[in-house]
Amino acid sequence: MRKAPAAAELLGIAASQTVGPFFQIGFEDLYQTDLTVPGLAGTVITISGKILDADQLPVPDALVEIWQANSFGKYAHPDDYQDKPLDPEFTGFGRCPTNAEGAFQFRTVKPGAVASSSGAPQAPHINVSIFMRGLLDRLVTRIYFSDDERNSADEVLNLVDPARRSTLLARPDALYPGTYRWDAILQGAQETVFFDF
Amino acid sequence: MPNPQSPVASDQSRLVAASLRRVPLCGYRKPAPGIHPPHLHPDYLASLKRAPAQPLVPIPQTLSEITGPCFQPHHLRIGADLTGQGKGAPLGQKMLLTGRVLDEDGKPVRHTLVEIWQANAAGRYRHLVDQHAAPIDPNFVGKGQLLTDDEGRYQFKTIKPGAYPWRNHPNAWRPPHIHFSLFGPAFSTRLVTQMYFPGDPLLPFDPIFNGIRDEAARQRLIAQFDWQTTVPEEALGFRFDIVLRGRLETPMENRP
Repeated sequence: MRKAPAAAELLGIAASQTVGPFFQIGFEDLYQTDLTVPGLAGTVITISGKILDADQLPVPDALVEIWQANSFGKYAHPDDYQDKPLDPEFTGFGRCPTNAEGAFQFRTVKPGAVASSSGAPQAPHINVSIFMRGLLDRLVTRIYFSDDERNSADEVLNLVDPARRSTLLARPDALYPGTYRWDAILQGAQETVFFDF
Repeated sequence: MPNPQSPVASDQSRLVAASLRRVPLCGYRKPAPGIHPPHLHPDYLASLKRAPAQPLVPIPQTLSEITGPCFQPHHLRIGADLTGQGKGAPLGQKMLLTGRVLDEDGKPVRHTLVEIWQANAAGRYRHLVDQHAAPIDPNFVGKGQLLTDDEGRYQFKTIKPGAYPWRNHPNAWRPPHIHFSLFGPAFSTRLVTQMYFPGDPLLPFDPIFNGIRDEAARQRLIAQFDWQTTVPEEALGFRFDIVLRGRLETPMENRP
């Protein structure tokens, strides 16, 4: 294997800047809040939530993007080496702006378990990017499912302070079967865990 | 050519298959400190209530982070000519914006989605929230999409956006800029940024641009004027290359 190039030989990467308040212009054509497609395997779910700021006020100008595996735990991506079926036409990508109440919602399938870097299965999760005016770089987190027993063995969840793990759990909505609630709290008590990788 | 039926060839193909299986486990290099702006940047007032107070939690890159959305030509809804979205030509300085999307090793990032949006020549966005007292241009929407080509190249035709005021601090003006959104090959390489113009007098005063600590990283967000792509009698050429995180050469196992 070729030796890793020294840092000086690498090109400098482009820095992040805020998405600003007007991203709707550039992004609305690829808003995707319903990821389901005809013939999709798995359990259809709705993820519904809010983005809240340090004062627990709704953020009405955020953009939430999700990236997830299908119900077999397979990503629609050439680097997913797992021998699992793909769903034709299911991209695994969702994009939703928050509304005046800071709320967003996706209709999708519950993802299956994907292999971790050690090869053990990860608990089902959805990868989340959050962009907004005021954030010069995106925030990245994961949504897990509170009613999934595989959470306790998840390598990523187990890296998180146990007191903060619940911020990553979407909970079944008692009133609406198939709906999970998950809020992202940007700052303060109950602040959501955000990742760096 | 070795005989594909020979035991040697099949050993080789097993080796190739094994090395291919290792490749997906290679994560992407972490950005050097100072390149991406911090979430909390007090000069940018809107960050105060929106930036997390707790440190980010480092995690290893798994399949979730080294895969990412893939877009095909049929997913695109709009084109790359922002001067042709109205009934007539938009007002302003026409420009041809070209560049390449590369990774840190200089390899082209092929067929990746690039989205842009921008204000019109008067510094007004076509958006309900923008109440700046500058005119809407009925011939300018200000958005574009494309997939990079086999060499990672892209080209948008547009007009130079104007500066516009905002309320971050007294007499605050954003330097003219074009918003860029890129996906790259993975969830790890997702990037939203802004492109600025050379010689702009507003840049030293802009808290968003100066949220980037690293001087060289700030300079990299400034496009270059380019005679080679300047179209005689029609449009100024600007070049803007965008470098995304490159791949590590060793697997990421147990390396949060």
